[in-house]
Amino acid sequence: VADVRQTGLVPYRVGVDLVAVATVEQALRDHGERYLSRVYSPAEVTTSSNDTRPDPSRLAARFAAKEATLKVLRRPDVGIAWRSIEVVRTDKGGVALALSGTAAEQAAGEGLTSFDLSLSHEGGFAIAVVLAEEAGPSR
Amino acid sequence: MTSISRDDIRRIVGAYGRLPVDAERLADDDDLYLAGMTSHASVSVMLALEDAFDLEFPDEMLTRDVFGSINSMANAITSVLGGREA
Repeated sequence: VADVRQTGLVPYRVGVDLVAVATVEQALRDHGERYLSRVYSPAEVTTSSNDTRPDPSRLAARFAAKEATLKVLRRPDVGIAWRSIEVVRTDKGGVALALSGTAAEQAAGEGLTSFDLSLSHEGGFAIAVVLAEEAGPSR
Repeated sequence: MTSISRDDIRRIVGAYGRLPVDAERLADDDDLYLAGMTSHASVSVMLALEDAFDLEFPDEMLTRDVFGSINSMANAITSVLGGREA
């Protein structure tokens, strides 16, 4: 363990992001359905809604997950649609990441094989932490 | 809105960028993220620009750099609109 810490060769990447729920509420007021459809998948909107009303706290957590994933991918020069980074529900009631399109391509290119995430929201803020395992040498 | 002006973009940044500073004081090349714009606020700016200029940014333009300054946004809008004067 000491050698790993000294050389920085930990085979994982971690990303974190924090979103103020009020900013999501404002975006919903300003842009409505276009904000939802541009940023979130239909399934994300459904799982983030109470009846048919989107819950800004849950949307904020999902946006934080997308941004945390972008930090893990480390490709700010590549355009990656937010919808290509999707938070999905697992059979056990938890959450997982599903990447598609350019996000999946960049993950493969970076040698990232598996992802995990954790979401939380409290006190007007939502946070997401994303962990990715590196299968091979990074760029 | 038929032409692209940096002042129009600056007004949109001021309205949607949730900056802790006065957008009117921003230079065209100032880094908006350093000025306090969050990633989420950049989404609102992007959507407002699309409304104002009647366009849709393609996925390949959804990079941090494109929305990082007034100049970079003006250049991106020009590119999307096919070379209209910015």
